Amino acid sequence: MEMKEDQELYYYLKLTREFEDRVSKLHRQGKILGGVYSGKGQEAIVVGVCYGLHREDFISPIHRDMGAFLVKGVDPKLLMAQLFGKKTGLSKGKDSFLHAGDLERGIFGATSMLASTLPVATGAALKFKMKKEPHVAIAFFGEGASSRGDFHEALNFAGIHKLPVIYICENNFYAYSTPQNQQMAVEDVALRAEGYGFKGAVCSGNDLHAVMRTTHAAIDRARQGEGPTLVECKTYRYHGHSEHDQPFYRPQEELIEWESRDPIQRFEIYLEKKGYNVDQIKEETERQVKEVTDEAVRFAEESPWPEGKEALEDLYADPF
Amino acid sequence: MPTTYIKAIHDAMFEEMKRDENVFLLGEDVGILGGAFKATEGFLQEFGAERVIDTPIAESLIVGAAIGAAVLGMRPIAEMQFADFISCAYDQIINMAATLRYRHGGRAQVPMVIRGPSGAGVHGGLFHSQNPESYFFSVPGLKIVTPATAYDAKGLLKASIRDNDPVLFFEHKYLYRRIQEELPEEDYIVPLGKAAIRREGSDMTFITYSAMLYPSLAAAERLEKEDGLHVEVIDLRSLRPLDWETVFQSVRKTSKAVIIHEDRRTGGVGGEIAARIVEECFDSLDGPIVRVASEDTHYAFSPPLEEFILPNVDKILAKARTLAAY
Ligand SMILES: Cc1ncc(C[n+]2csc(CCOP(=O)(O)OP(=O)(O)O)c2C)c(N)n1
Ligand SMILES: [Mg+2]
Repeated sequence: MEMKEDQELYYYLKLTREFEDRVSKLHRQGKILGGVYSGKGQEAIVVGVCYGLHREDFISPIHRDMGAFLVKGVDPKLLMAQLFGKKTGLSKGKDSFLHAGDLERGIFGATSMLASTLPVATGAALKFKMKKEPHVAIAFFGEGASSRGDFHEALNFAGIHKLPVIYICENNFYAYSTPQNQQMAVEDVALRAEGYGFKGAVCSGNDLHAVMRTTHAAIDRARQGEGPTLVECKTYRYHGHSEHDQPFYRPQEELIEWESRDPIQRFEIYLEKKGYNVDQIKEETERQVKEVTDEAVRFAEESPWPEGKEALEDLYADPF
Repeated sequence: MPTTYIKAIHDAMFEEMKRDENVFLLGEDVGILGGAFKATEGFLQEFGAERVIDTPIAESLIVGAAIGAAVLGMRPIAEMQFADFISCAYDQIINMAATLRYRHGGRAQVPMVIRGPSGAGVHGGLFHSQNPESYFFSVPGLKIVTPATAYDAKGLLKASIRDNDPVLFFEHKYLYRRIQEELPEEDYIVPLGKAAIRREGSDMTFITYSAMLYPSLAAAERLEKEDGLHVEVIDLRSLRPLDWETVFQSVRKTSKAVIIHEDRRTGGVGGEIAARIVEECFDSLDGPIVRVASEDTHYAFSPPLEEFILPNVDKILAKARTLAAY
């Protein structure tokens, strides 16, 4: 990896963490309402997958994937305004959190209904194949979402048609309070791929390089017409399910173990081994991400609210 | 000690599970967590993992499995973590459960309850605020229950669990911890299909259900104080069966009807109620039947948008005053 790439990757890891930490804080202060979900601890997955994608590549992030929006180039100011419910946000206040996308940047906004984006990403891949475009679709999902029929329906179709789609499972071992062994009788979600006629792969979601190696190989194969892959990244969320949740249902020791495999600290060790001046890079990056986040918060706070009657807008192309 | 609406729901299930070993729970996070809203807190400890089942995220499975157990005589209570997610189980409900008795010529039944938090007003946005009753209102074979008080939440849920048909039990999440009352010590039920007259009056009838009972009552009080109008307020309690007799009797007395619900205006149950009033009480009417309901849009997140969309006391007052002038 070139130094410039290393620095960019580090920047996105740090930006995601700073941005999400700030969102958690703003939620505690009552400035961000509604359900707030943190992906803290899982940043290497979205950063590793999205780094280097084409603008036209289609991604469908889930509730923990703030970093996917940032890496794919959404202006942090607009993203923060979205979370505040301001008129300047991606959905103009219609919904919060990550329920609005930015299709110009190939980002699809999800609903809350878990796994519902998987058939949609599969359809995006179908379009790329029909039009012989060299792009890929990438669908993120939690291991919990893999229990829904939509997951299985999507993978089955992608297997039949060898579509250029990569399904990325962020397996953090819990769906809200429910541990993996209450969700499925197998250890790896990646095993499901075989039943649909394509390859599954497992990697450490806390190791940026492992994520990049595994997913980018899958992306390259998809671009060459070799069909879908299911990549499972094992990881852990540091926070509760949502910011309202006190995760009493999992052992403290487990959290500590995973914190000791922190994806950002791990990347810092890599930078150090490469002989860079890590202290300097760290200081410089922290200053940058704080500045960007401060500016985003300022923008969101100063942005206007939508007016009540705007609730009736954006329902149809030709309102009636 | 007064009991909150959520605790009333908790207690109804707890007591029914004690009373009948065929009653059991299944849903996401109902066990270890005790439910996202704590409706089943302590159940796992009391009844064990065989009767309190933490399912995978699979609403169609949750409902389908409940149906399978119910046709063999069990009485499952299936929880939707939010009522909005009931859409993911739509086929099992409207095709499988609703037609089961019918296509077996009356020789099979589905004694099952599907419960979940519905309703807006808590910054839930598009997918944590829905009022799904109208998605099901046209489907014969289903019952739909919408309690407004803690007393009813408990009594109606017990009646639903003992009922021999599939019941959709929509709890309004806004009410969970905002209302409470003293409840009887002894076992009681509130029968499905029996409305409650929450306030008597002779000048106008408000027909409402669920959380909209409260702004309806507040508006009725203001109309009495400020306009000298005596408004009768009917809380429907259940939408299927719907207590038409109580509605018609009241409208025949007052000659004026306002229907208030949080569900959207177009396609909401208010349209059916208005039509039936016209069919049955046309000669008694002294003015148009009016509706106060959510705007015909999605339940937007941003506070000014949500406020614009939802019914409130002022919107009820404005409609009622227009009607009063007839
Ligand atoms: C269809 C559906 N059912 C239930 C929920 C409520 N819910 C939101 S997130 C969540 C857990 C998701 O677990 P997982 O897919 O593993 O993702 P994670 O939150 O662990 O990242 C649940 C049950 C939902 N959003 N959609
Ligand atoms: Mg998970």
